[in-house]
Amino acid sequence: MVRVDSTGKSNSLIQVRGLDKTYRRGGEEIQVLQRLNLDVDKGDFVAFMGPSGSGKTTLLNLLGGLDVPTHGSITVDGDEITHMSGNKLTQWRARHVGFIFQMYNLIPVLTAYQNVELPLLLTKLSKADRRKHVETALGVVGLTERMNHYPRQLSGGQEQRVAIARAIVADPTFLLCDEPTGDLDRKSADEIMELIHRLVKEFGKTVLMVTHDPVVAKRADLTLHLEKGVLVEAGELQGVAAGGVA
Amino acid sequence: MKFRGLIFANLFRKKLRLILTIGSFAVALFLFAFLAVVRGAFNRGADIAGADRLVVINRISIIQPLPLSYRDKILRIPGVKAVTHNNWFGGVYQEEKNFFPQFVIDIENQRQVISELKVRDDQWNAFVKDRQGAIVGAKTAKRFGWKIGDRIPIKNSLFGGGPTWDFNIDGIYNSERAGGDESQFWFQWDYFEERMPQSFKGNVGWYVIKLDNPDYAVSVAKAIDEMAANSSFETKTETESAFAAGWVKQFGNIQFLIMTIGTVVFFTLLLVTGNTMAISVRERVSELAVLKAIGFTDRSVLFFVLAEALTIALVGGLLGLGLASLAVPALGAALNGLLPTLILSKAILAMGLGLAVLVGGISGLLPGIGAMRMRVVNALRRV
Repeated sequence: MVRVDSTGKSNSLIQVRGLDKTYRRGGEEIQVLQRLNLDVDKGDFVAFMGPSGSGKTTLLNLLGGLDVPTHGSITVDGDEITHMSGNKLTQWRARHVGFIFQMYNLIPVLTAYQNVELPLLLTKLSKADRRKHVETALGVVGLTERMNHYPRQLSGGQEQRVAIARAIVADPTFLLCDEPTGDLDRKSADEIMELIHRLVKEFGKTVLMVTHDPVVAKRADLTLHLEKGVLVEAGELQGVAAGGVA
Repeated sequence: MKFRGLIFANLFRKKLRLILTIGSFAVALFLFAFLAVVRGAFNRGADIAGADRLVVINRISIIQPLPLSYRDKILRIPGVKAVTHNNWFGGVYQEEKNFFPQFVIDIENQRQVISELKVRDDQWNAFVKDRQGAIVGAKTAKRFGWKIGDRIPIKNSLFGGGPTWDFNIDGIYNSERAGGDESQFWFQWDYFEERMPQSFKGNVGWYVIKLDNPDYAVSVAKAIDEMAANSSFETKTETESAFAAGWVKQFGNIQFLIMTIGTVVFFTLLLVTGNTMAISVRERVSELAVLKAIGFTDRSVLFFVLAEALTIALVGGLLGLGLASLAVPALGAALNGLLPTLILSKAILAMGLGLAVLVGGISGLLPGIGAMRMRVVNALRRV
C-alpha cells in the first residue's frame, strides 16, 4: 500500500523519509522537493503527476540512485541508498532498478537482443543462460521474432517494448518509468501501458511511473501529485493549491 | 570477452570515420617506419663500427692522401695491433647509376683489421694470387648477378690509368654482423699502385687501425696525430664510430630532421585522433549515460572508450607497419645501394606499435575521462 504521510519505520519495499532536493542555479537556490515522505509496497503501481518543473523526474532519479538528495533518506528493501558511494550505488542499480525512459534510449548499433542482454553482461551468467533470460524477456514483451532487428528497424512502440525487456531482464526489485508513453501515439501508448500493467499484475513487479497523461496515470493503482515539491494523493490536491499541506 | 560485441558495434558506428582514422594511423606509422629505417641506414656505420678500431685520415680532408710511410710508424705505437690502408676508387659499372663503393685494399692486413667481413679461405687465396682479382660483397654480387670467375670492367675517371679497369671476381664476402655493409668491392693495392701516375705513388687514402684494447683509443689517436704534427700530411685520428658519425653529418643533421618530422607527424595524429574520439564520445553521451544508469561503472565506460581508441591505433599501426615492411625492400632495391641496407628491424616495429598504442591511449583518455565523470542525470536531460 502506498502512503505519503509516514514518518517512522515501516516494512515497505521503498521508504522515503524527509527527502529534500535543492539545486543551485547561479546564485539562486531552487528547492525542488521538500520534506517528502513515501512508502511503496512490493507489487504497487504508482503514478506521479504534476506540472513541468514540479520535481517528478528528480524524484525518480533519486529513487533510482542516479542523483543524491540534499537531505533525507531512501531505503529500498532494507538498503539505505542515500549514503552509498558511487560504485556501490552503480552496483545497487544493476541489481535493483529497471529504467524505462521516454525516448527508449536503446543503443542504435546493437540489435534488440543485444540491447536486452546489456544488463546481463554485468552478471556472472554464462552466454547460454543470458540467452535464455533475453529470450524470456523478449517473449514477455512479444518481440521474440524481432530480436535481430536494430532499433531503426522497429516502430516507436516496439522500441519501447525492447526497452521494457531490457528493464526487466535482470529481474530488478522495481521499475522506474519516466514518461514511458510520452513519445508514442495513443494506440502504442495503450499497448505499452497494458504491458506495464501485466508486469505488475502477472509478475508482481513494483512500478513507479512519471507521466503527464491522466489516461496513462489511471492505469496505476494510485496517482500521486507533486506540487511545489510536495507529494500529495489526488484527493488532497485542492488543499495543496490552497497552501494547506506542509 | 563479453563486452567485445559492444566495443566492435561502437567502432563500426561510422564506417567512413573509422576507415579515415585507421588510415591516419596507418600513414603515420608507415612514415615513422620509413624515417626510422632511413635514420638507421645513416647511423648503421656508427652503430656497428668496431669499438677497437681507429680511422686515420688527412687532417685537411679525407680526399687528401697520406703517405704509405706512416704505416710502420703507426705500427710502432704501443697499443696498435695491426694497420691496414684503403683508397677510394670511385668507379662505376657500365653506367653512372650502377654506383657501389670500391676500395683499394692492403691484402696483407685487411682480414686481420676488418675481421667481421668474411671471405672463404680458398677464395681469398685465389684473390691474393690474382693481381687483377677482386672480392665483392654479397649484396653487390646479387645486384649485378656476378659470380666467381666473371670478368668485370669498371670505368674510372679519378685516377687515370685508362678509362676502364678490368677485374676478375675471385671471391664474395659476407658480413657476420647484422646490417653490415655487403656492397663493397675490393681489389689489390699493387694493381692500383702500378697504374697510378708517378705523382700519386706511395700514397694511401686512409688507415684503419686495430687496437690491442679499446681502452687505448685515446692515447693511440693522440700519439698518431702528434707523430704527424707539423708535417705536410697532418692526421686526424678518431674512432671508427666517430668517423662514421662524422661522415653522416656531411649530409646535414639527418637525426634532427627525422626527429622533427616524426614529432610533427605524431603530434598531428594525436590531435586528429583525439578530436575524432572526442566527437565519437560526444555524439553518444546519452547512450553512455544509459549504460551507467543500468549499472555499468564509471571505469567500464572509460574502458569502452579506451578499448575503441586502442583498437583503432593497433589496427592502423599494424596496417602502416605492414605496408612499410613491404615497401622498404622495394625502396632499398630502387636506391641501388646509394644508402646502406635498409632494415625494418623488430625494434622499429615494436617502437612503432608502442607509439601507436601511446597515441591511441592518450587520444582516448581525455574523452574517456570526460565520459567517466559525466553525471547520468545531466546527460539524460540532454536527450
